[in-house]
Amino acid sequence: MHRMLTKYPIWGGLLLLALFILPLLLSPYGLSLLTQVLIFGLFAMSLDLLMGYTGLVSFNHATYFGVGAYTVAILAGLGLNNFWLSLVLGISIPVLLALLLGLLVLRSSGPYFLMITLAFGQMIFALAWRWRTITGGDDGLAGIPRPDLGLPMSMWKAQNFYYLVLVFFAFACLILWKFIHSRLGKAIVGVRESETRMQALGHNTWGLKYLSYIVAGGFAGLAGVFYVYFNGFISPQELNWTMSGQVILMVIIGGAGTLFGPVVGAGMIIILQNLISSHTERWPISMGIIFILCVMYLRDGVVGSALKLRKKGRGNL
Amino acid sequence: MKALETKSLTKHFGGLAVLQDISMTVEVGERRAIIGPNGAGKTTFFNTISGVIKPNAGEIFVFGDKVTQLPPFRRARLGLARTFQQNNLFVNLSLLDNINLAMPPNQAKMTPRDFLDNWGWWDKSTIPVKEFSYGEQRQVELLLALAQSPRLLLLDEPTAGMSSVETNKITTMIRNLSREITVLIIEHDMDVVFDFADRITVLNYGRVLFEGAKDEVRSDERVKEVYLGSVD
Repeated sequence: MHRMLTKYPIWGGLLLLALFILPLLLSPYGLSLLTQVLIFGLFAMSLDLLMGYTGLVSFNHATYFGVGAYTVAILAGLGLNNFWLSLVLGISIPVLLALLLGLLVLRSSGPYFLMITLAFGQMIFALAWRWRTITGGDDGLAGIPRPDLGLPMSMWKAQNFYYLVLVFFAFACLILWKFIHSRLGKAIVGVRESETRMQALGHNTWGLKYLSYIVAGGFAGLAGVFYVYFNGFISPQELNWTMSGQVILMVIIGGAGTLFGPVVGAGMIIILQNLISSHTERWPISMGIIFILCVMYLRDGVVGSALKLRKKGRGNL
Repeated sequence: MKALETKSLTKHFGGLAVLQDISMTVEVGERRAIIGPNGAGKTTFFNTISGVIKPNAGEIFVFGDKVTQLPPFRRARLGLARTFQQNNLFVNLSLLDNINLAMPPNQAKMTPRDFLDNWGWWDKSTIPVKEFSYGEQRQVELLLALAQSPRLLLLDEPTAGMSSVETNKITTMIRNLSREITVLIIEHDMDVVFDFADRITVLNYGRVLFEGAKDEVRSDERVKEVYLGSVD
């Protein structure tokens, strides 16, 4: 297991290299899909920190994604399009919200945690829906320009924007990787494995869960920042439970507790959605069948199952 | 100095009184066995001392510090460690990762490697704990508690469900512990109890039925009647 994990960065490096070269080979449509995969991959990785590593299935993760996106959109509406300002606020406001909501939702655990996160998520969704003067209500906020980095390259060019997302994606991967493999990260895994034992060993398990919730919220906010720049539009739908449900599926299909697995899950869902929807209007049924098959036959997700198989293979040698 | 003191400790689950007015003092370095029939409140007593369960009334002191309202992790940081009646391990993690989680950062007297080496477990350090046999997992339960460098150790039926060979291994580990560590043990195996304990407390229906030295317990008629009687 340990050997497998230490080899992960090598594979990660190769994958990043491929992601660097791919835009040169892809069509504009393909590049657009790949950009979405990176953004949702980042979003799913942030949820994996909670779901896969801390053992907390949150149903309001879209809240932080949406709040990050709305922050950028509202700033843009005020004529503030400085990328760095939007980035800092697009991360710190979701973090502040996670600091507050974490105090409330982490009083419960298991299915109760799931239900209370769903309730708070829907409250924020309703707020965005009704607070028309700020959020544009159900019309959302449109016309958000691509970021201005103050560099001699336009982010309106799809390739440039893709590389910007890639840089932040890689940076986020590195930070999350380091975090998970730090002493704190291992303690968080300990909470997932046995909270009562961790308490008996002197760990403040509530504090660890709170930290994980806040970090996950911050990275979801970062994903939201890039999403709104990419999309140019944000509506309350991005805060809705359906968005939280979708990112949960990305984590499950990719493999919870594998960090990069959810990126694969995000890729599969986004690409399949686009492929199938171009052939049939009944694409949600096909997606549903694929999800059911994954849950039945790939319980550890695509990456999780592959890692298990590889481990088994090594064991048989 | 007292390692542990409880004053009138009481715990009810609904209408059921599980602990009733338990006052107990355990001196530093002492080996104390807690015995009693099933349902006597032994594990509840441990859960209350370690903070898993809050008492309805009474007070708990660990090395003179009042801990009655402290959460379990704060009690652990005062030097209180425990094992569980049913294995409570990080089964998907390696033995080394288990020990790493147990060793307090910057306070550990030795490295996890030295610790495992000392106990003869280094060879198995990279194996996930779920791959160990039940008996080995019981030993890891104890190792985790010892890795905390405890001053007060609560052992909840450490030999439960083990073969005689495995029981011998555990009892050897426990017997060789330094007297700097105060040990309370819940145990049904009377050979282990009489071999290990300095004093014995007998619980029955949540009350202290008797407390005294080993020989006193053996000869007490009430204890024979409710607990040891079946042995004779």
